[in-house]
Amino acid sequence: MKYEAVIGLEVHAQMLTDTKIFCGCSTKFGSEPNTQTCPVCIGMPGVLPVLNNKALEFAIKTGLATNCKISTYSRFARKNYFYPDLPKGYQISQYELPICEHGFIEIIVDGEVKKIGITRIHMEEDAGKNIHEDGGNYSFVDLNRAGVPLMEIVSEPDIRTPKEAVEYMKKLRAILRYLGVCDGNMEQGSLRCDANISVRPLGQKEYGTRAEVKNINSFKFVEKALEYEIKRQIKVVEEGGKVIQETRLWDSNKGITESMRGKEEAHDYRYFPEPDLVPITVEQKWIDEIKASLPELPDIKRERFASEFGLPEYDADLLTSEKSIADWFEAAVKAGGQPKAVSNWMMGDLMRLLNEENKTIEKCPLKPSQLADMLRLMDKGTISGKIAKTVFENMYKTGKDAEAIVKEKGLVQVSDEGAIEKAVDEVIAKNPKEVERYKGGEEKLLGFFVGQVMKAMKGKANPQMLNEILKKKLSQ
Amino acid sequence: MDYYRLGISEARKILDKKEVSARELLDSIYQRIESVEDKVKAYVTLPKEKAYEMADMSQKKISSGQSASLSGIPIAIKDNMCTKGIRTTCSSKILANFIPPYESTVTSRLSEQGYILIGKTNLDEFAMGSSTENSGFFTTKNPWDLERIPGGSSGGSAAAVAADECIAALGSDTGGSIRQPASLCGVVGLKPTYGRVSRYGLVAFASSLDQIGPITKDVKDSAILMNIISGKDPLDSTSAPLTVPDFTKVLGQEIKGLKIGIPKEYFIEGMDKEVEASVMDAIKKLESLGAIPVEISLPHTGYAVATYYVLATSEASSNLARYDGVKYGFRAEGKDLLEMYMNTRAQGFGSEVKRRIILGTYTLSSGYYDAYYKKAQQVRTLIKRDFEKAFKTVDAIVTPTSPTAAFKAGEKAGDPLQMYLSDIFTISVNLAGVPGISIPCGFTSNNLPIGLQIIGKHFDEETILKVSYAYEQSTDWHKRKPNL
Repeated sequence: MKYEAVIGLEVHAQMLTDTKIFCGCSTKFGSEPNTQTCPVCIGMPGVLPVLNNKALEFAIKTGLATNCKISTYSRFARKNYFYPDLPKGYQISQYELPICEHGFIEIIVDGEVKKIGITRIHMEEDAGKNIHEDGGNYSFVDLNRAGVPLMEIVSEPDIRTPKEAVEYMKKLRAILRYLGVCDGNMEQGSLRCDANISVRPLGQKEYGTRAEVKNINSFKFVEKALEYEIKRQIKVVEEGGKVIQETRLWDSNKGITESMRGKEEAHDYRYFPEPDLVPITVEQKWIDEIKASLPELPDIKRERFASEFGLPEYDADLLTSEKSIADWFEAAVKAGGQPKAVSNWMMGDLMRLLNEENKTIEKCPLKPSQLADMLRLMDKGTISGKIAKTVFENMYKTGKDAEAIVKEKGLVQVSDEGAIEKAVDEVIAKNPKEVERYKGGEEKLLGFFVGQVMKAMKGKANPQMLNEILKKKLSQ
Repeated sequence: MDYYRLGISEARKILDKKEVSARELLDSIYQRIESVEDKVKAYVTLPKEKAYEMADMSQKKISSGQSASLSGIPIAIKDNMCTKGIRTTCSSKILANFIPPYESTVTSRLSEQGYILIGKTNLDEFAMGSSTENSGFFTTKNPWDLERIPGGSSGGSAAAVAADECIAALGSDTGGSIRQPASLCGVVGLKPTYGRVSRYGLVAFASSLDQIGPITKDVKDSAILMNIISGKDPLDSTSAPLTVPDFTKVLGQEIKGLKIGIPKEYFIEGMDKEVEASVMDAIKKLESLGAIPVEISLPHTGYAVATYYVLATSEASSNLARYDGVKYGFRAEGKDLLEMYMNTRAQGFGSEVKRRIILGTYTLSSGYYDAYYKKAQQVRTLIKRDFEKAFKTVDAIVTPTSPTAAFKAGEKAGDPLQMYLSDIFTISVNLAGVPGISIPCGFTSNNLPIGLQIIGKHFDEETILKVSYAYEQSTDWHKRKPNL
C-alpha cells in the first residue's frame, strides 16, 4: 500500500528586539549567565509585565508578510507548568486570541507552487536555560533568555513530504530575515521547529494519529527527522500496530526519534487569560502603516528578478533566498554588470569562495561594483573568461580592483593577430602528426591545439581570435 | 501629649508648626507600640533604624519649610507590599526571609511625600483569609477585644491603626481585605476602583481583583493617602491612565439630593440584628443630611461568593507557582527536583493557601475550565452589570460591610465556608471593580465596632468620600478608642 504523510510545523522564532518582551533587559546572546535579568524576568514576587511594543510590531509585520488576518483585539494567556528555567511557574503566551490568524505562504517544490496555510502566529516569552554538568547532582539555571520575545508560527497540516517541510522552513526563514524580525539561526536556537506528523493510506481522507517531534535544530535535521518518523509510522501501521499520540524527541546523533512522553503524561497547561496585562487593541491605522513599511518580500522580488532582469527561475530563486544576496546582486547590476553574468559569477565563484570561509554575503570582502568593473573588462576584451576567474579570486582575496590586478600581473588578453598567428604557427610546426589526424577528420583535436597555444601564451590569447586563426591555419 | 493618637492631617499641622519633631512623633509611636504590641501583635517587622533615618530626612525638609504631605508621618504597610531592603513576608514561611531588591510603586509614592515606614503589618498568608488566623507567624488581636480577631486579611494594618500603633496604614483588598478589618476594628478603609492604584510590588493573590488602599483613623486621611497613591503607573499595565482628582476637595460638600441605593439582597434573614440596626440608623442619618434612600436590586449578589472563590483561587494557583524553592525564599531538600518542589511547597505554605491552590488548579484544569472558570467569568460580567444598572439611578450604594462584628479567634477557623461568608457583602465590589469604603457606624452591646460600606461608580471615589465625610462629621463613632 502507498502512504502519505501529513505534516504541520510549529516554529518558534526569537524576535530581534533590543529588549525583552515584558521588561527592559537586554536580549543580547552569549553574555555571562544571569547578567541580563531583573525582578520582572526573574519572576520575583509582586512584579508585573509590561508589553514591549516592538515585539507586537514584529509579530504584526510577520503576520502581514504571511497573509494573515491581524487581530485588532487579542490577549495574552498564562501557560502553567513547573520547570526551573520558568521563573514564574507559567509562561506568558497567547491562547484563545492570537495576534495573527488565517495566513499562508507559498513554496515551490519540483517547479510547482504550493500554498501552506498558517493557522496562527502568537507572541510569547522564552524560558531560561538549565545547564547540567556531568557528575554533579545539581543543575545551573541561566535566566538571560527568560523573557526574550518569541513568535510561535503554527502551520496547517498542509505539508506532505519532508522536502516540502524544508522548503516551508526556508521560505519562512527568508521572510523573517527579510523583515528583520528574526535572524533565523537554527543552530543557535533563534529559530526552532517542532513537527506534528501522521501517516495515512494514500487516498484516505481522515488523518492518522499524530506524533509530535521536538528538538529539530537544523535544516538538515528537518528533512532527516521527518523522513525517519514517517518511515517509523508506516512500519508500525504495516505491522498491524497503531501509532500512538505522543511527544517524541529527535536524537540527531542516533538519527532517530524517541518517545518522550505519552498522551497520559501530557501536560495540562491550565491556560487562562493573563490578568496582569490588558487585552491588546491594535488600531487599523497602525496596521496599515506597518503594511506600507514592509520591504519587498522574497516571492515578489523573485518574480521581479525574473521579469526585470530576464533571469531564469532558478537564478531568481537563489538570488532572492536572502535579502542580502538580492541586494548585492542589484547593486552589481546597478553598477553596470550584465544581470545574467552577475548572477553566474555570484552563484558560482562568489558562493564557492564565501562557503570556503564559512562567510555570509554580509561579510563579503568584494564590493558589487568590483564585479561590475571586472565584467566590463571582459566585455571590452581586456581579459578572457578564463583569466577573469583568476582575477576574480584575486580581487576576493586582496580586495584590489580588477584593473589593478590585471596590470600588476600582466594578465591583459593578447588580441594582437600577429602574435597569435606566430604562436599558432609554432604549435602546428611542432605537432605534424596531430595536424595530419585533424585534417583526416578528427576535428575534436581542435581543443588540443587551443590548449597548446594557450599554454604557450600563458593563457592570455583572445580565445575567439585564437579559435578563428587556428581553424583557418589548420584548413590551409 | 499622646501624639500617637493623631491622624495624618492633625500630625501634619503640629509637625509643620514645629510643636513636635518627626523624631518625637516617631518616639511616641514606638512607645505606644512597646506598650500595646504584645497584646495586639499587629506587626511582622519593625525596621526601627530605617524609620529613624527616614524621620531625620523628613525633619530636614520640615525644618526648611519644604515639607511634603507625609513628611515625618509614620505609616504602617501591609507585609505584602515590597519594600526595598526590608523583608517582605506575606506572613508566609515560604517568604520569611525574602528581602526585595525593589520597591512597590505605592511605597515609592509615599516615600516621595516623605513618609516614615513604621513597620510591616501581619496578614493572612498571601492575603488569603478574613481574620489573620491564616498568618504563617501569629494571629493579630482585635484591639477592642483581644479574644477576637481583627478581620483580614489586612488585620495587622487595621489593628495597628485602631490601636494607635501608627498614624495610618495601607492595606490590600481582594475580596474585602481592607473594608472588613476596617469595619471590625472601627476604622476607615477604602478599596479604590480596580486600576486606580498601581499593583506593582504588591505580591499578587488574585491579580484581577487585588487593589491597594488606605486604612486610616478618619475619612480625610483616606482622601489624603488616595491623592498620593493613585494614578497611572508605567510599571502596571492594568493601572488606569486617568487624571487623579484632589480627593480632599469634595470633603465637606453637601450630600443633599444624592441618591443612596439600598440593595435588598444585602438585608437578609439571619443577619446580625445589631449590625442591621446600626446600618439602618446610618441610612436614616444620611437621609437627615439630605440624601435620598432608594431601594435597589443587585440580583446576582447570591452568586458572588462562589464566583469569587473560583476566580480568585484560579489566579492564585498560578500566581503562587513561582514559590518553588528554585530562586529565592524557603527551600526544602529533596532527593530530586520533583521532591524538592513538593517538600518546599508542602512545608512552606499554610493549609488555607494550599486549599486555594488546589481549588484553583482544579477549576483551571482541562475538562473543568468551562464549567468553573469560564462560567465564573460570565457571572462576574453579570455582577458588574448589576452595578452599572444600579448606578444609572443612584449615586452611591450603602450596605453593611460585614454581616457580623468581630468574631472570636478560633470561632470560624475550622470552617472555611463560614469564614468565606464573612466577606459576603464586600466580594461583589471586587468582582465589579468598583470602589468601596467602610466607615464606623456604631457599636454592638459588647462594644465592638460596626462598619458601614459605601460603594461608588467606577473611578468615582469622590462621591463615596463625600458621603462618608458627611456621615462621619455628624457622628462620633470614629472618635471612640479601644481601651488597651
